Amino acid sequence: MLLWIAGFIILLVKLTIVLGVVLFLAGYLVWVERKFLARLQVRLGPNRAGPFGLLQPLADIVKMLTKEDTVPDGADRAFFLLAPAVVALTALLMFSVVPFGKDITVLGQRVPLVITDLNIGLLFVFAMSSLSVYGVALGGWASNNKYGLLGGIRGAAQMISYELALGLSLVPIVMLAHSFSIVDIVGAQQKYPFILYQPLAFLIFVISAMAESKRIPFDLPEAENELVAGYHTEYSGMRFGLFFLGEYVHMMVFGGLLAVLFLGGWRGPFLPPVVWLLIKIFLVALFMIWVRGTLPRLRYDQLMTLGWKVLIPLALINILVTGAVGLM
Amino acid sequence: MESAFEAVKELLSGLWTVLIHLFRKPITEQYPEYKRPLPVRARGRIILTLDPDGEERCVSCYLCSAVCPVNCISMEGAERPDGRRFAAWFRINFARCILCGFCEEACPTSAIQLTTDYEFAKTNILAFVYEKEDLLVNHQGKDKEYNFYRYAGVTSKYGDKGEHVGESKPVDIKSNMP
Repeated sequence: MLLWIAGFIILLVKLTIVLGVVLFLAGYLVWVERKFLARLQVRLGPNRAGPFGLLQPLADIVKMLTKEDTVPDGADRAFFLLAPAVVALTALLMFSVVPFGKDITVLGQRVPLVITDLNIGLLFVFAMSSLSVYGVALGGWASNNKYGLLGGIRGAAQMISYELALGLSLVPIVMLAHSFSIVDIVGAQQKYPFILYQPLAFLIFVISAMAESKRIPFDLPEAENELVAGYHTEYSGMRFGLFFLGEYVHMMVFGGLLAVLFLGGWRGPFLPPVVWLLIKIFLVALFMIWVRGTLPRLRYDQLMTLGWKVLIPLALINILVTGAVGLM
Repeated sequence: MESAFEAVKELLSGLWTVLIHLFRKPITEQYPEYKRPLPVRARGRIILTLDPDGEERCVSCYLCSAVCPVNCISMEGAERPDGRRFAAWFRINFARCILCGFCEEACPTSAIQLTTDYEFAKTNILAFVYEKEDLLVNHQGKDKEYNFYRYAGVTSKYGDKGEHVGESKPVDIKSNMP
């Protein structure tokens, strides 16, 4: 009984710390994105709130919380109010299987530095990633707005087609690690990170991950210049903020997954494991922002062609080649 | 296959170009600290000027009010005992004013002029209604010399009819003698 209570307390502490850190970093990722993107475009970026604009996320949150929370006439009220929560929640839940260090020992108890070491961790990630489609599609549909609806439909189509490539690109990783558990996958990268074995899978994963998190050049669901703001056109205040938060947490989750699956996770010389994981996440995020500053949005048919005719066949070939090499 | 290589090459060259821009100095002008030098004829807040002798230039001719495309200028003319006209009240509604400068062009006495001051934004829209005392300034503006009554053919303290600058004596219409 005592052991059970101790385990529960440890779990709560881990949850609190991870949730706090993830939300804090998601807030500052917005700042990093605005600042870095601005420098790429020879601008300065936010620099008024606090030194270097460091208080900008705080100001944004205060602004969003104090804005009026509107529901349009004719909207499907329940779904409209629920959709942003789905997007933010699924993005946050995905973080629960990302390990951020070796097991440590507290009071004679082995404490794994991951919230839950699911033996089907990867499948859980895909499940959550698929569920977030509901947030986008339902949010767009429940707004009773043609831009919202178009954005939601585009979001659903895009995320379903890229999910296949995303899942298929990770099958070779599972074959190499002999496990679906993300902790085991990190353990299998003791010698070399998987990016050296699987550069093609890495490439496919990066492209599909960008499409999954709806970032430029795959931001068709929220294309500003055609669809106003796409599926979140009608949202205001903190509900819009939740969509926004979901997108940035998504960015961090895919940074984390990329680090864990291909770049060796928390492994690295000299620095503590958590710092290495954060550095890898940060570098992935910087890369995503860099791409955002470079590429224009794809056309809808180009998006579908890339997904179905290029990425999925490539991922299938990659699986066959990996299997053949593994048999030899 | 070749086109795929071409595409990747273009992609990388694009990424490289963007990366180079990271190391360029931002071209942003930080407004309240740095104010861009304005052209001398930039059009901003409107003023009513005085003539070099220190009297109001405005003779309340209504030309500015008539030419104003948004009808933001209104006034009421009056006459002093010595016959000089002035505006009893003069009002510009800057909430409507588009700073087009037509009033300045129409003004025969150089009374109404536009300044280069553009920083008079307010949160209260009623505070944009400027009365005569808000508009009057204690200088001549851009036109330092001009004094309408020195040239106008009316009797004033600057002389009788025919005695002004560049004016000839009035013709005696009762006589044919040259």
